[in-house]
This record gives sequence, C-alpha cells and structure tokens, in this order.
Amino acid sequence: MEWTETLVRNEVRSFLETNWDAYKDLLEWRNKLIDAGWGMPSWPERWYGRNMPQSLQSVVAEEFARVGAVSVARTGIRLLAAETLLAHGNDAQRERYLRKILTGEETWCQLFSEPGSGSDLAGSTTRAELVGDDWIINGQKVWTTSAHHADFGLLLARHDWDVPKHQGLSYFILNFHQEGVEVHPLKQMNGHASFNQVFFNNAKIPRSDQIGASGDGWQIAMTTLMHERRNAGNIFVEARRRGDFNGPIYEQEAEENKILLEPYTWYPQRAGRVDLVLPRAKATGAINNPAARQEIAKLMIMSRCAEWTALRARAAQQQGQPQGPEGSLGKLAGSNIARQAAKVHTLISGVDAIASGEDGPESGIIAEILLSVPAISIAGGTDEIQRNIISERVLGMQKEPRMDTGPFKDVRKN
Amino acid sequence: MFAFTDEQLQLRESVRRYLTDHASVRRMRELMDDPIGFDRQSYQGLFDELGIGGVHIPEEYGGAGLSYVELCIVLEEMGRALYPSPYLSSNVFAANALLLIGTAEQKAEWLPSISSGEHLATVALYEESNRSNVADIKQCVTDQSFTGTKTFVLDATVADVFIIVARDGPDPISPLRFWLARPGDANVHCAPMQSIDTTRRIGTISLENVQVERLGEATSDTNGFDRFIDFASVALANEMVGGAQWLLESSVEYANNRVQFGRPISSMQAIKHKCADLLLEIELAKSGAYRAAQAIAASDSAYPIHASIAKSAANDAYMQAAADAIQIHGGIGFTWDNDTHLWFKRAKSSQVLLGTSEIHREQLLDRLDLLEAN
Repeated sequence: MEWTETLVRNEVRSFLETNWDAYKDLLEWRNKLIDAGWGMPSWPERWYGRNMPQSLQSVVAEEFARVGAVSVARTGIRLLAAETLLAHGNDAQRERYLRKILTGEETWCQLFSEPGSGSDLAGSTTRAELVGDDWIINGQKVWTTSAHHADFGLLLARHDWDVPKHQGLSYFILNFHQEGVEVHPLKQMNGHASFNQVFFNNAKIPRSDQIGASGDGWQIAMTTLMHERRNAGNIFVEARRRGDFNGPIYEQEAEENKILLEPYTWYPQRAGRVDLVLPRAKATGAINNPAARQEIAKLMIMSRCAEWTALRARAAQQQGQPQGPEGSLGKLAGSNIARQAAKVHTLISGVDAIASGEDGPESGIIAEILLSVPAISIAGGTDEIQRNIISERVLGMQKEPRMDTGPFKDVRKN
Repeated sequence: MFAFTDEQLQLRESVRRYLTDHASVRRMRELMDDPIGFDRQSYQGLFDELGIGGVHIPEEYGGAGLSYVELCIVLEEMGRALYPSPYLSSNVFAANALLLIGTAEQKAEWLPSISSGEHLATVALYEESNRSNVADIKQCVTDQSFTGTKTFVLDATVADVFIIVARDGPDPISPLRFWLARPGDANVHCAPMQSIDTTRRIGTISLENVQVERLGEATSDTNGFDRFIDFASVALANEMVGGAQWLLESSVEYANNRVQFGRPISSMQAIKHKCADLLLEIELAKSGAYRAAQAIAASDSAYPIHASIAKSAANDAYMQAAADAIQIHGGIGFTWDNDTHLWFKRAKSSQVLLGTSEIHREQLLDRLDLLEAN
C-alpha cells in the first residue's frame, strides 16, 4: 500500500477514536497498539509495524499527542536493541524479544565500552568461549546506563584472538538474571551514578542468543551505534508533559518514566543550559558587563548557527540528498556550545559558581552544569573521534597509520 | 526555507563556472599591479553573459528581480574566487542605498545604468571619526552642500557616482542621510589609498562645496542608515564565507599532498583536527549568512539580529580559516608566491569593514533586548 499523509492521518485517527482509553491498563493498551501496528508503524508488517516511511512517523506522533494517547515503550536503549534485532536477528529472536521491548516489560542495556577500550571500541577484550551449547563470558564492561535494572544486554565480546581485531568479535544477547553477572554503580564527578560497571564471571549465553555469525560482531555493533546517533535527541521523547489529560494510564506511564529516565536527569545540564543564560544575566546584572556581553553573544551566535545548520542538513536530506556526517558536526558543535555556556555561567555567577545544592544558584543547577559539561565531549564518541570522522569522511583526509592490524593477540593493550 | 532551490543551485553553478573561466588567480595577480585593479571585460560579462548586474534589482529598473538570497549566492561565489571588481560597491552597496532610500525618480534615474554597468557607483561611509564604529559619522551636509573627505571608499578611483553618508545639518544628533554627488563634478577629487588587500580597491574622495542631492524625501525614516549597514553586512558576510570555504579546500588539498616524516601531513591529527574544527566553524558561519539573506528576502522584521549574527560569525570563521591555512601550509604559506596570503588579506579587509565581531556582538544583545521589549 502507498502511504500518504492524509491516509496515515485518517487511519491513525480512526484507530485512536475506536480504541484509545486512558482508563485501560498500560500493558493491555500497548499490546493492542503492537497488534495494530501503530506502535512502530515504520517497522515491517510481520513485526508489529505497517511498513510506513520514516518521514510519516511525525504524523502518527501528532495524532497521538492530539488525544494524549500513550505509545509503546521507547525510552532508553530498548529501541537500539529492537532495531539491531530487526536488522540482524533471526525470527526466533525477534519473536522472543521484540514484543516485550515495546510493552516495556523487559529493559535493555548496551554492553560495549570496556575499561581498556573506550574510543577504540573494537579493542574489546571481554572473552566469549563456546563450551557445548553455551557461550561462556568473562570480562568487564563499563559506562552501562540502566544496567542495574536491565533484563538483557547487547554484548560485544571476542571469540577469536588470532585474527585482526575487528574480525574476532561476536554479538550476543546477555540475560542479566544469572549468577555470573555482577552490576556495580559508577559514581561520576557530578555526584550522580547513572552508569554501571558490569562484571562477567563465567556468565552463560545459550547459542540461540548469539546475533549473526561469529565474527559479525563489529558490523552489527555499527548498526546499533548508527541508531544511537540517529536517536540521540529522542531519548526523552516519552517524557513530554501530558498537559491536561487525565487517567490512570498516565500514572502507570509516569511510574515507568521515573525509573527509566532517572539516569538522564543531568543530561540537559551536560549540554550547558543555554536557556538559562539570558535570564540569569539579567537577574544578576551581568548583562551590563561588557566582557560578559561579548561571551554571551558568542554563545548565542554559536547556538543559533548550530540550529540552522541542523535545519539545513535536514532540509537537504528531505530533498533526497544522502545523509552526510552532520551527526558528527552537530555533536562537535554541541560540545563547543556546552563549553562556552559553562564559561558564561561562571562569568555570570562569580563565586556563586561554586555554591552547590540548595546553597547554589538555581537550586544547584548552575553547579551541576559546571560539573556535567566535561562529559559531553566524551560520551557517545569523543570530540577527537568526531574530528577524525569529519576530516576523513567529509574532507577526504587520510587515515593515521595503524599499529593494530595484525592478529589481535599480538596488539599492544592496556 | 533551509535548502536552496534547483534554480538557485544552477545560478551558483553558472557563476562558479564563469569565474573559473574568467577570473583565474594568475589574472588576479596581474590586476594587483594594475592601476584600475579589475578586468572591465569580465566585469561587463557579468551583465551581458550572466545577467547578474542587478540580481535583486526589480525588473522595472533593469534588474533580474530576484531576491537577496540569489544576490548572496552570487557574492559567495565571488568571495570564493576572490574576484576583484566593483560589484560589491556598485551593484550591491550603491544599488541598496537607492533601493532602500531613494525616491521612485532617483531609482528610475540610476538603477538601470548601475544594473547595466554603464555607471559605477559607490557609497562613501568612512571618515576620521568612525574607523571602529561605522555609525559614528560627524561630517554633515548644510544647504545641500558638502565639504569634507571620505576615506576607505570602495573603488573610489573608478566610480563616477558617489553616494555620501553625512548628517542632515550641523547638529551632531541630526539623522544620517545619503547624498548623491553627480558624475563629472570638478570639485570631487579621488585618490587611491594603499591597502593590504589589493583585490579590493579603496580610495579617498575630497569634496569642496559640492552640491549634493538627498536620497529619499526629507521626511523619510531615519532608520535608513541602519538598514543600509545591515543589508551591506549580510552581503559581505556571504562573500566572506565563500572565501573561507576556498581556504579550507586549498588547505586540505595541500595537506593531502604534502609529505613529511614519510606520510602525508593530512594523516596527522594535529592537521586533520584543525581542518575538522574549521569546517564546523565555516558551516556555522554559512548557516548564519544564509539565514540572514533569507530574513532580508522574506522581509522578516528580525533581520537586524540575523545581520549581526551573520557578520560576526563570518568575521571569525574567515580570519580563523586564513590563519589556519597559512599554518597548515607552513613556510610556503608565508611566501608571496603561494596564493594563501591573497585570501588572508581579503579576510582581514572584510573583517574590519562594516564592523568587527565585537561591534556586532554588542549590537546583537542590544537588538535582542529591543525585540523583547517590543
């Protein structure tokens, strides 16, 4: 069927008119959505979708928002898991996992980074050995958001040490509910503990939970990361205010969000809170200080030009030009903006900049900005990695000579 | 709104092709030693072959009747090629003064001959008192007569129509207005000024009791000067991002070919990261310049805010590109024979004309405040 905007709008509207009810149970409602294909309409029909082009997704979202309808669970890593399964999983895996991702019954996390492989993700040394019908996992992962309440993890581990590093990796679904998996929170410099360290001590994964073939791990991880970059802005999508809508289903949704979004409460501060700059500059009188004015204006210019650059990129894509490396440019711009914002907040606050918690300006938000901004240029690919991507893929500059091309067992490690 | 149309992309392509064919760096280097400083034949070709003499001038005045966006596309390409010509002074600045402030009769009298290249016009802004902030003009016109010297006048020695900016009367707070001195007046004396940027000619004009004609009505609004400067800043900003892009491309090409320590220097992060940062800064500046051109084309009342953003971002990106380009080229980049310094000098002349970044940033905050107050 050829989807058009009008058709989509009419269909979703009539579905919601007949079925949406804020007095339904959340799980029951989501299962209905999943069966009808309106939870993830861009997915294939065979897997709870309607084969709809991505571009019409916003029409569905608008109609949901109009009546305040709750959608399927989307917060956190779950959709990365789902997209990875859709792209590389087998039908048995899709059958087992996809529905409960969307109902919100099962929570996922991503087990990629390790203490010894941060920017160099393919340098993973977590060990996977096939013994009988089980993969036995030993090693350690880090920076794992939501591991403390996860049911499953997307695991990248090494099964072959005699081939070059990208070729020896495999990709697994790891069940957290077992003895060989230990989760410890990782406290950050801003006092939050949104991440975890995960230790594997002879953890077991049945063969049926390997995604793809042995050696496909790197390629599959790239799919996951591509979706991560694409969805970077959507992580809070379900945290939208529900406005004037009432019903018990919203309480269930709020309860779920409270847990799922907890690790992300400081993320806006990490981006610098540009929105607070002008109001605070006026309130403190810093707006009259010529040096502060220069820095504030620099920030405004960077941030507006970055918004317009993102709009240019989106417009070019809509015209059918291929998706470029705008993601990397945008991420780098975001780091610059956050750093400049931290500088300006300091300039505006003076000694107030070090007062934290209830003693600090904006109830400690300013202090939290100053202690959170250093993360933005590291998380999700450091600024230096983004510059490599931009210079090599956009500008066509050459790669650095590599020291890690031989069998992985011979490559120097931490 | 944020994408160029096919027609606009074609316009860019045809201007780029024309300038590639008619404005080589070699030709430009010849013109740097030439007293006139531009190639009349290739300049005339802009009118006769490309039809871009009056891109944004309405068709009734002999122009193409397109918008400020198309004008800025043309300027970006000229900036990229570092095309030396009176296009900015005559076809943009002088035309803008007439379009924004002139009466219907004045537009009808002057715009067609500017659009066809028959007359070269220029706007004289600078004098002793306004070197940093262009609005600090002190000289004035009394009884339709002007005596004084204007400096940093673009293409002063080739222009035949002068539009002088001066106060309307001796009171220091009387409004700034635009005054036209007709060609051939014996009391107008022009002399070239030496500039580091020989691809953009400047000069002085001295006037002694010259009868001038006010552009627009005596009662016309007094914001004409601000509007003119904002329009001019947006035009210049678009020219500048073109030059910055050329510097980045030439640096990348050089880095890909230059071998040191047994490998191309483009494989070194010290070099490639500099280029990545530069690309980001230039892309942001382009967005600012394009957005401002769109705001003017759409008569968006927030255009003064966009103008300040555009000029400030373009200043910083172009100078950064110029400094980085020389650094990436190393010693060769500091030589006369290498072309980088030509763009460096243009970057510097563009940075200081119509306000440095500091001036525009200060203005931006004022204007944001004003917008909020309204």
